Amino acid sequence: MSNIPDNLQYTKTHEWIKKDEDLITIGVTDHAQTMLGDLVYVELPEVEMHLDNGQECAVVESVKAAADIYCPVSGEVVEINDAVIENPQLVNEDPYGRGWLVRVRPFDKKSAEFLTAEEYTKVVASEAH
Amino acid sequence: MAKQTPFHALHVKANAKMVDFAGWDMPLHYGSQLDEHHQVRKQAGMFDVSHMGVVDVQGDQVIPYLRYLIANNVDRLVDGKALYTCMLNEQGCVLDDLIVYKISNQFFRIVVNAGTREKDLTWMRQHAEAFSVTLTERNDLVMLAVQGPAVNDMLSSFLPADAMAKMTSLKPFTFLEIHDWFVARTGYTGEDGFEIIFPSSQVPELWEALIKAGVKPCGLGARDTLRLEAGLNLYGSDMDEAVTPLESNLAWTVAMEPEDRDFIGRTALTKQKQAGIKSRLVGLVLDGPGVIRNHQKVLTETGGEGEVTSGGYAPTLLSSIALARVPADIGSTCFVEIRNKKIPAHVIKPPFVRNGKKMFSIEREQQ
Repeated sequence: MSNIPDNLQYTKTHEWIKKDEDLITIGVTDHAQTMLGDLVYVELPEVEMHLDNGQECAVVESVKAAADIYCPVSGEVVEINDAVIENPQLVNEDPYGRGWLVRVRPFDKKSAEFLTAEEYTKVVASEAH
Repeated sequence: MAKQTPFHALHVKANAKMVDFAGWDMPLHYGSQLDEHHQVRKQAGMFDVSHMGVVDVQGDQVIPYLRYLIANNVDRLVDGKALYTCMLNEQGCVLDDLIVYKISNQFFRIVVNAGTREKDLTWMRQHAEAFSVTLTERNDLVMLAVQGPAVNDMLSSFLPADAMAKMTSLKPFTFLEIHDWFVARTGYTGEDGFEIIFPSSQVPELWEALIKAGVKPCGLGARDTLRLEAGLNLYGSDMDEAVTPLESNLAWTVAMEPEDRDFIGRTALTKQKQAGIKSRLVGLVLDGPGVIRNHQKVLTETGGEGEVTSGGYAPTLLSSIALARVPADIGSTCFVEIRNKKIPAHVIKPPFVRNGKKMFSIEREQQ
């Protein structure tokens, strides 16, 4: 049902992660945006903020509920997507593209591994009842 | 197994995201709750509200029965007129809010909430024993709300001209019967429109005709944001068996006059009035970032505390609004505790939006 691209990695808490050289980009998955419904408010961290692995780094709020976005690595925020603050529905329309949220430079150069698309597909399937 | 209304297959066919609501499998939205909200404010939308209970009350003593059963006074009604009221318990607290339609002195129709219909029916039957009345649950009927500024135009594209003329002549909170349709100019959105009660056999035909006319199906999600903008209470959130109408911005629905009308809850309300009403339900408009959610804490300027009963995002206003139960002495500003931050808000008297227009103004202090 939901779109889970093979070229990205995922977390159990429904963030997607894209690795580019020494930066990672974080967003919410298509499954997550579908479950939340239309987004109406997005709060992002300040650029240069230091985040711990597992720390709340953003909040996305829909007509229905609020969801915390957790940073999957320890690192420094290097860029945020101002466009989604202006237009939160970008996350609904294009969760893996224009709806990205935060770009982080991990402190640890060793590249951490997350869920593959196949593994995340099982997470999503296990939530459906 | 969740209950289904006769519209269920049509919801599924229209790609609705279905959710459980009070034991009913109902549409939350058909793609975008925000689009559906705007559709009703600017054009026209339809809501399946067949999960609500339709109860016909008939007999020689219908009027004395209803004079006793509900907090508003049916003596105010002429035939063809509807009345919004609460049904209270002996403590003066709200068992449900409902609409009562007067068909004749011997025949009233009552529409109750889905989540309370069993409880209501038990209560209504229990109190009916002392009166010469019969109660009939009309499970053979469905109810569809058609709401929005373009409703008349869209309906007239397929309804017979004589029926349409009768419908457009209806004033707010009046109704009439056209063949086997029961049409009321009522709703829960703050827009013009009708609530139509009709036989379930006509469901597919009317649904298709409405879609063809440009009326879009809307789910419970949009129904909630629309009613919140309209400042209309939701039973179970904004009032319940723990509060009275006087604490729920519903004093206007309680008829204390004439003084000799004995209704359930009257004694308790009189006592509460004498002791002084300590809390009230107000509207909040958030001044800062974020979205107000149910049960968040409200902090008054004088150190008092209240609670958000319905909070959310107002798509028409592009800001967050709420209904909140607060100390009666609240001033014109307060704070809402959102995710451990105190965000400033203004206090207003609902509604927030009526007929597509913002209904309040906030005087911002010069910086």
